[in-house]
Amino acid sequence: MRKITIPISDEDILGLKVGDAVTLTGIMVTGRDAAHKWMIETFIKQIRAPQGDDLKIYKALRPLLEGGVIYHCGPVVAGLDTQDYKFVAAGPTTSTREEPYQGDVMRHFKIKGVVGKGGMGPKTLAACQEIPGVYLHAIGGAASLIAKSVERVLGVYKMEFGVPEAMWVIKVKDFPAVVTMDAHGESLHAEVQQKSKAVLDTLLASPR
Amino acid sequence: MQDLSEHILELIRLTATDLPPDVEAALQQAVEQEQPGTAARSALETILKNVALARQDSTPICQDTGTPIFYVYQPEGWSTRKLREQIESAVAQATAHAYLRPNAVDALSGKNSGNNLGDKHFPSIHFEEIEGETLTIDLMLKGGGCENVGAQYSLPNSALGAGRDLAGVRKVILDAVYNAQGKGCAPGILGVAIGGDRGSSFYGSKEVLFRRLDEPNANAELATMEGQLTAEANQLGIGPMGFGGNTTLLGTKISNLHRLPASYFVSVSYMCWAYRRRRMIVSGDTIKYE
Repeated sequence: MRKITIPISDEDILGLKVGDAVTLTGIMVTGRDAAHKWMIETFIKQIRAPQGDDLKIYKALRPLLEGGVIYHCGPVVAGLDTQDYKFVAAGPTTSTREEPYQGDVMRHFKIKGVVGKGGMGPKTLAACQEIPGVYLHAIGGAASLIAKSVERVLGVYKMEFGVPEAMWVIKVKDFPAVVTMDAHGESLHAEVQQKSKAVLDTLLASPR
Repeated sequence: MQDLSEHILELIRLTATDLPPDVEAALQQAVEQEQPGTAARSALETILKNVALARQDSTPICQDTGTPIFYVYQPEGWSTRKLREQIESAVAQATAHAYLRPNAVDALSGKNSGNNLGDKHFPSIHFEEIEGETLTIDLMLKGGGCENVGAQYSLPNSALGAGRDLAGVRKVILDAVYNAQGKGCAPGILGVAIGGDRGSSFYGSKEVLFRRLDEPNANAELATMEGQLTAEANQLGIGPMGFGGNTTLLGTKISNLHRLPASYFVSVSYMCWAYRRRRMIVSGDTIKYE
């Protein structure tokens, strides 16, 4: 088990390989579908003018994301009425939906770690090699257990996206994950897909 | 008429936080099928730890508490309008208690309603009047990750060489499991419906998931096919979370519906390992949960 501290150094990133089990300690930001669309359209492609407190949030997010980690997660949060927030359940959501955006978001904000589940495709893998960065797979559905590694909710941005889609800033300790895409161009997901395709073809070729 | 709101709230809490025993037993068996020291085995061990923790702390097993799908079987005399109100009030309360994540999003504005209440399809509630005096409410919570990898095929499918027979059905189901990879939170459970129209076929594929994992299909041919498909899907080597491994599916459930002469649909609903389904039985003043 490798212990990784956020922000993550290039040395740490380059030392990680597909299959490595790690724990993460430091500050993470959650972001999923609405957040990625917002970041791309407002700050990266700039096809939408910043509105309301967009620019203020952008300034606050930059230092958190530089060398940092974005977590594909839509948590169950207690204390919504008092704003004394606590993560009750916080497993990963399926990452592949962010594949069109993730590489550009990583480059723009200099993000070094993407945490989610299900893996991502060639665009994100290319960004991992370039930056360098890694994709870290958390255990899907292990939400109560993962929430235990969230020590504190430091704040929340874009609450208008709704609780699952908001960008939560969290302090984590010993957050468990497995490296499934590394900075050396390796992807466990590509490998499993390829191997399973060969088996599928054999099964489809037999009549029953 | 009795007000069941509080008991329905308990049904929701139980469903969200306490995995049914048949599913937990299947996961425990799966651990033994994976080699020690592999990511697959470690994933299953983590999953089982999480299941125990969620039960102990009464917190959601998975943060995606999904679409709440209710099937209500009510004896004559119960008002379905009032039952709907009670279910909706229990759902809103369960959300306030953080048993459920607010999950109902307006498709046009993108606004989350905040209490899991949307239109007449959210939560999803089905009523059926039955004989006798016992009212039964089944609840399933099905998350979005696994819902997204569901699939519907129209046979024949020439790309897969699948004709309009059970051999063709087998091929498209294996294709669906391959396409899902680990994205539906494998090991999964397949709900399959053969036949119907597009709508009823998908309903059928979800309804069949209310059958317990250890409950065999009453139709001998389909029972054999369920076993064969689970075994073949496990040969694909996708494994828990798509990490590679021996357990890609925990089970397969198949139902058959009448179809139009021109249509031959096969619908696959993929259920994640967090196969949350519970039942509440009301007989007079007695309320039982399964």
